[in-house]
Amino acid sequence: MTALLNVRDLRAYYGQVQALHGLSFSLNEGSLTTLLGANGAGKTTTLRAICNMVRSTGSIEFEGAPLTSRSTEGIVRLGIAHVPQGRGTFTTMTVEENLQLGAITRKDHAAIVSDMERMYAHFPVLKQRYTQQAGTLSGGEQQMLAVARALMLRPRLMLLDEPSFGLAPLVVRDLFGILGKINREDKVSILVVEQNAQLALELADQAYVIETGRIVMSGAAKDIANNEDVRKSYLGY
Amino acid sequence: MSAVEDVATQTAAVEAVPKRAMTLGTGTSLVVLTLLLVVPLFVKNFIIFQMTMLLIYGVAVLALNILTGGSGQFSLGQSAFYAIGAYTSAILMEQYDVNYALTLPVAGLVCFGAGFLFGQPALRLSGVYLALATFALATAMPQLLKLGYFEKWTGGVQGLVVTKPDAPFGLHMSQDVWLYYFTLVITVAIYVFSVNLLRSRSGRAFMAIRDNEIAASAMGVNVALYKTLAFGVSAGITGVAGGLGAIAVQFVAPDSYTIQFAIALFLGMVVGGVGWLPGSFIGSAFIIFVPNIAENISKGLSGAVFGVLLFLVIFLLPHGARQIATVGQQLLGRLRR
Amino acid sequence: MELFTNQILAGISTGAIYACLALAVVMIYQAIDHLNFAQGEMAMFSTFISWQLMQWGIPYWVAFVLTIAFSFAGGIAIERILFKPLAKAPILTNVAGFIALFSIINSSAGLIWDFTIKQYPTPFGSAPFLGSQLISTHQAGMIGVTLLLLLALYFFFQYTRVGLAMRAAASLPESARLVGINTSWMIALGWGMAAAIGAIAGILIAPVVFLEPNMMLGTLIYGFAAAVLGGLTSPFGAVIGGFLVGIFENLAGTYIPYAGNELKLPIALALIVSILVVKPAGLFGRHIVKRV
Repeated sequence: MTALLNVRDLRAYYGQVQALHGLSFSLNEGSLTTLLGANGAGKTTTLRAICNMVRSTGSIEFEGAPLTSRSTEGIVRLGIAHVPQGRGTFTTMTVEENLQLGAITRKDHAAIVSDMERMYAHFPVLKQRYTQQAGTLSGGEQQMLAVARALMLRPRLMLLDEPSFGLAPLVVRDLFGILGKINREDKVSILVVEQNAQLALELADQAYVIETGRIVMSGAAKDIANNEDVRKSYLGY
Repeated sequence: MSAVEDVATQTAAVEAVPKRAMTLGTGTSLVVLTLLLVVPLFVKNFIIFQMTMLLIYGVAVLALNILTGGSGQFSLGQSAFYAIGAYTSAILMEQYDVNYALTLPVAGLVCFGAGFLFGQPALRLSGVYLALATFALATAMPQLLKLGYFEKWTGGVQGLVVTKPDAPFGLHMSQDVWLYYFTLVITVAIYVFSVNLLRSRSGRAFMAIRDNEIAASAMGVNVALYKTLAFGVSAGITGVAGGLGAIAVQFVAPDSYTIQFAIALFLGMVVGGVGWLPGSFIGSAFIIFVPNIAENISKGLSGAVFGVLLFLVIFLLPHGARQIATVGQQLLGRLRR
Repeated sequence: MELFTNQILAGISTGAIYACLALAVVMIYQAIDHLNFAQGEMAMFSTFISWQLMQWGIPYWVAFVLTIAFSFAGGIAIERILFKPLAKAPILTNVAGFIALFSIINSSAGLIWDFTIKQYPTPFGSAPFLGSQLISTHQAGMIGVTLLLLLALYFFFQYTRVGLAMRAAASLPESARLVGINTSWMIALGWGMAAAIGAIAGILIAPVVFLEPNMMLGTLIYGFAAAVLGGLTSPFGAVIGGFLVGIFENLAGTYIPYAGNELKLPIALALIVSILVVKPAGLFGRHIVKRV
């Protein structure tokens, strides 16, 4: 299987402070991978580095093309959708406008319209609220919107940063169920950063564990979930 | 109308300059001071006059630096306080025969009061809104000074002539030289005062407000008090500069204190480096000399040349002359090793 | 009472000038989050260009269209060459840049076309409008064009993809990049549009204030005040603000003693500032909740 995303020796910096110390990992096409670790381990930084939102050195390749010299919007146009921490919803715009923005770089208008219908099918609550201002939606609904917006890009790879944050457990289960479905049916590769390790490991096939800017563990999600030592030392349960 | 409000994470509009970077090192300061003391012995009277003006405008820019670089409040209205100071000195000297030196503290106090008062309504405004309010103040001032109602004090449109003082105690020095040293002493005193103010508790309060007003308020800083205090102090210092200016130039007239002057002071602050007190004098040199240079290059296009030169400066030094100082410090550091 | 209504009407007609300028100001504020002091000068320069084209024999409406196109391109060029390099510099440095631009344009216009006042034609004629002594056909034309412009902008922002992208880039630049929008070019586009709108404003104003390099000095500040009063995020507010400022100015001039021509400006500004103290985001602006 070809590697969709190949990261080698990634080092990232916030000013003078180094946050990632030579990260290397790869994602296969069609996989659903989770990146786990404690607060401040570098998970968000990794996603940001992939989208060139933070200063970094090392090599990042997407479908063979190097990402490090491209702008964030250029990387997005290659087919990588990033749902950031805090969701990044355009709160003053309507739900529908948010979805339209997800597809703003696409030119196939007919397909965009049918994609919006598909989003409403995946997330019925959005259809109910499509003329409402996005800022009036609940946390869970905004997360759904953020995921839907990312999907409107028709991405090959979707990056999600702590989608479970601030959401009730039932809502998270719902959301993760939808993510799994998207991965299997729409063939979207997913990299999800999570603090809620248990749920993430149930969802994913692959897992990496980061600690202070380095990968300390990698393998099949099942194996890591079953490994009590790893769970206790790195994942806290 | 939208029910949803935009939530803006508050970022400082004015860059935070760390406290220790706000001044020159002691060594450099002494060198500069010595130069300033010795220069009049070698140059003509007119140059001495220009240097006096450089110090005076430098003090005015310094005042703006305290207000903007220190407490983060934007002002395009400093020309108004300068004018009040100038007219206070002029009126006291010419109509009430007060000694010129004594008019300065009065000018300073009057302007402190004016600034403090202006700071009150300005409390609710920030950024472009405050700029607009101070702009209003600056444009109003020349018109107010021309009002017939005040004419018997202000001399109306023609203004007042101010008598230049002689050196005291029969010292053998020209008026220009005496005035230069007099200004220098006051400038140094104000500079030292300002440095200490910014290092004091009040200074920390100013900077806390500049960097994050809400957080400062949450930590117990009396934001209203310190903001108006900053306005007051800044206006007071500008008033003293105005008084000195009136004496040096030997007259006051409404059209000397227009919005153009306020804009020039603003440019002086940016070129010198916002928040970097020594830069105030570099900025002052810029606004005094560069327009002349521009006019020498091209009489017809002097404004355009000035604009181009200004662009050059801000492209090369977006953070002002402070950047030269940082580079200089780094070089010195390397030389020492 | 009749004097009062007359002053109101007169204020509305002068206010059309400010409304038009205020639209350009809001346009640029949307793009770059601050006010461009050189905007008036850019509008003045564009107006001179159109005048020059007409001096060379080009008919009014052709010159109009050419000037708009040139101004649009010019605005983009100025942003790309002079202000993109300053994108990472502090705001105050950018403000110094606006002042420098102001100086360059004003001085150049003075050299190219000198400071003598020139007449500028109007396509609307200057007869009394509908027989009213207070509004001329030109002033009615100004109001009409301003409202048309407002409508066009509304459609642009609400119903086109580029408009949506611009709104997104202004609202949350980072999120905009994450949907693939080139936020840097959105800023350039904002400048271009502001320059074009400014050109229209200048062409409309010139018949009234006469064409000369300093023609915008008095009016721009009213344009700013109008935009701020209306709420810097609202084109509709800008237009209302413009009319209100015109009315304030006239009422202040008529009813406040000592307020000769010279004090009209500070008084109008003072009125506006007092409104801002009560409604800091302007009359129609979106209230921004500041979070730590």
